[in-house]
Amino acid sequence: MQDFGPVLVEPAEPVFHASWEGRVFGIGGIVTLQGLVNTNTVRHAIERMDPAHYLGSPYFEHWLTALATLLVEQDVLTREELEARTGGSFPVSRPSQAPPWTAAAASDGRSRFAVGDRVRVSEAHPRGHTRRPRYVRGKQGVVDRCDGAFALPDADVHGDDPPSEPTYSVRFDAAELWGNEAESGATVSVGLWESYLEQA
Amino acid sequence: MNEDAHHHHPTPPSPVETRAAALEALLTEKGLVSPEFIDSIISAYANDIGPMNGARVVARAWVDGEYRERLLGDGTAAIAELGFGGPEGEHMVVVENTPEVHNVIVCTLCSCYPWPVLGLPPNWYKSPPYRSRMVREPRKVLSEMGVELSESVSVRVWDSSAEVRYLVLPERPQGTDGMNEEDLTKLVTRDAMIGVARP
Repeated sequence: MQDFGPVLVEPAEPVFHASWEGRVFGIGGIVTLQGLVNTNTVRHAIERMDPAHYLGSPYFEHWLTALATLLVEQDVLTREELEARTGGSFPVSRPSQAPPWTAAAASDGRSRFAVGDRVRVSEAHPRGHTRRPRYVRGKQGVVDRCDGAFALPDADVHGDDPPSEPTYSVRFDAAELWGNEAESGATVSVGLWESYLEQA
Repeated sequence: MNEDAHHHHPTPPSPVETRAAALEALLTEKGLVSPEFIDSIISAYANDIGPMNGARVVARAWVDGEYRERLLGDGTAAIAELGFGGPEGEHMVVVENTPEVHNVIVCTLCSCYPWPVLGLPPNWYKSPPYRSRMVREPRKVLSEMGVELSESVSVRVWDSSAEVRYLVLPERPQGTDGMNEEDLTKLVTRDAMIGVARP
């Protein structure tokens, strides 16, 4: 999405704008420690929110909706319990549209690419969760840092034993991303999992 | 002013507030969370985990060249030397501003941010305008936010879409040679460590 207008800065912004925001943040931290949710599953649940609800609600309402969704999906509690306690509706995210994860070629954990390699981000547009930003799909860049191997988010949201893959910081020239509209002398470096990349 | 407000009766809770309270109550009854544990997390992020931590890292790097080298070489380890680490700070990379290069941090996909050194992100960092525009027109957005860059300065935008979290090491301001580390800490702002301001 684009053309949102100016970045609106709130002077002397508090950490939490209302006490419920802090409560939701705290609940999120605790159920993460308990292994009931993780960063990837929370992000995926936020992405599954009704789009109008997502855009029309504050940040911690996204967390609240995602946490409730994931706890309902794992039968920790039911939506009926939530609505009875709320005394009204408790919107949750939509069910996942992603097909069950099937491993492609499993990574052996060793990096296929090295600093300086030219790579292209694959054009795949998978249903479900991914950490492959749209604006770099199909674009070429240069590996500027090799980072560690981490659980592949696309698989992690399906629960069982996600494969670990090397990650990279890939630097793209602004002109590669935005063509004639690009600003001069600008680059964007994006963190990407190995299976998002192919040799350019 | 109506009668209720005059007597300081609380306003009725909003729908989202009611939902948050319902979730906490159910999880507490099931023994999964405790209100005291939630209180301690809120207190930590409201009082102890914030940009004052990052400011100490930056000020140390400004006065101690060897620390600066370690910070740029292994951000996570050098930040841990000062006692900072934890969620969203497990894999830190520190990027240094110079007269030739200006660095700025964004997360286009959500709101990834280095919690142990900057605390929780401000709303503008999580907003669609910042997330969509900073990668597309960084000079324009930086200019709107008060950072004018000459054409000779390269802009490097870091989109935290994987597991690394970034901290910008700003340039030490001119005329601060006589200042000690403690005083320098007070010059370092959250926005300078995101890259949308100068100290």
